[in-house]
Amino acid sequence: MQQPNTLPASASVLRETASQTAGPYVHIGLALSIAGLPPRAEEIWNEMAHEDAEGERIELVGRVIDGNNDTVRDALLELWQADAQGEYHESYDLQAPFNSFGRTAATVENEGEWRVVTVKPGAVEFPDGRHMAPHVNLAIFARGINIHLNTRLYFDDEAQANLQCPVLNAIESPNRRKTLIAHKEESSDGITRYRFDIRLQGEKETVFFDF
Amino acid sequence: MANDIKQHFVPRDRTWHPPAYAPGYKTSVPRSPQQALVSMLNRTVSELSGPDFRKLRMGAHDNDLLLNFRDNEQQAGLPIGERIMMFGRVIDQFGKPVPHTLVEMWQANAGGRYRHKKDGYLAPLDPNFGGVGRCLTDEEGWYRFRTIKPGPYPWPNDANSWRPAHIHVSVMGPAISTRLITQMYFEGDPLIPLCPIVHTLRDPEAVETMMGRLDMARSRTMDYLAYRFDIVVRGALQTYFENQG
Ligand SMILES: [Fe+3]
Repeated sequence: MQQPNTLPASASVLRETASQTAGPYVHIGLALSIAGLPPRAEEIWNEMAHEDAEGERIELVGRVIDGNNDTVRDALLELWQADAQGEYHESYDLQAPFNSFGRTAATVENEGEWRVVTVKPGAVEFPDGRHMAPHVNLAIFARGINIHLNTRLYFDDEAQANLQCPVLNAIESPNRRKTLIAHKEESSDGITRYRFDIRLQGEKETVFFDF
Repeated sequence: MANDIKQHFVPRDRTWHPPAYAPGYKTSVPRSPQQALVSMLNRTVSELSGPDFRKLRMGAHDNDLLLNFRDNEQQAGLPIGERIMMFGRVIDQFGKPVPHTLVEMWQANAGGRYRHKKDGYLAPLDPNFGGVGRCLTDEEGWYRFRTIKPGPYPWPNDANSWRPAHIHVSVMGPAISTRLITQMYFEGDPLIPLCPIVHTLRDPEAVETMMGRLDMARSRTMDYLAYRFDIVVRGALQTYFENQG
């Protein structure tokens, strides 16, 4: 049995509605093209940066892997990141060159790989004035995941910034910090690609945050 | 400035939500982290900000599942099933309405079949039903969908597991910290106490937060029954002090 990790809510505060798994058919609601449904007027999806977005346009790809070392082929991911200057764009606007928010999904066609086009984020300020290394916030939803998992993607070509990042440094185990680093890959089509595999369980289990 | 921290949130009570590892729901076994979550003691703008969807262009029937699939498919008819209105308010833990937030939902048809490439249940698809809706809450946090009541469906878990009738509901709230996906059940459904996914919750009170409740006052004579489902997201605390550190 899990131990309570927080005080009971006081009587003056309502309880949050409880979480339930997004299930295997999450795509019907949040990723219509993957379910095979026709698109609506506008869909929230995985092209976070258009050609004219400021900064370095990059591709993020990866897989979600379970405790049996199998690829999770029904995972949905949500991304939230700053722009190249380190600013979050709260207003989601598909006409804008860049959006801080995006969604993507592991697809069977792509052997369980997810993909996003975005820009490399800038450093974001930590509350005490220091800077966090460039990162992308990720939420993972899937069948078998009872409440979504929150993690962060960092970049392997930001080694110096990563060493000084107060959030990475708050992770006690240096080995576990490594689970948050995406790896740059050579790609032929001119766009820099970073690979980030998320391991839900077991050896090299990805760090998940509570915030 | 986008990066000013304007709000904090009441910490999420992880003992209230289902644990990652809930062996009665078998798929959670290989998909649950074994390490402890890393607590962020200093929450940053990365967690305390989130997307605002007021500029997302929506279709006229995005919250009307009786009409929104036939619009695409040029079908003439209406979906089969009990006509219902699902409605409610998104509020935070302090009872404050959450305005202009994105509420999304998806569901099976009246026979318990999803319009999804991977659903092979033998109940038929309904040519007039897609099963997806979305809308923004209004100034007071209200949302509504017109739809049909979904059917229960069998799924592989125990030898004979059935999902109670349910509608999947996704709400963003004011920041990614308040993000929540849940399911609305229909009060009184005898399949609720039998469901391994409902049983991932340890506290019966937590199960009660997911009940859609019949509301005859808002039902429409000779048209539909209304089910009310209020959604509570984490409470927002304004930040009163600068340089708290
Ligand atoms: Fe379902």
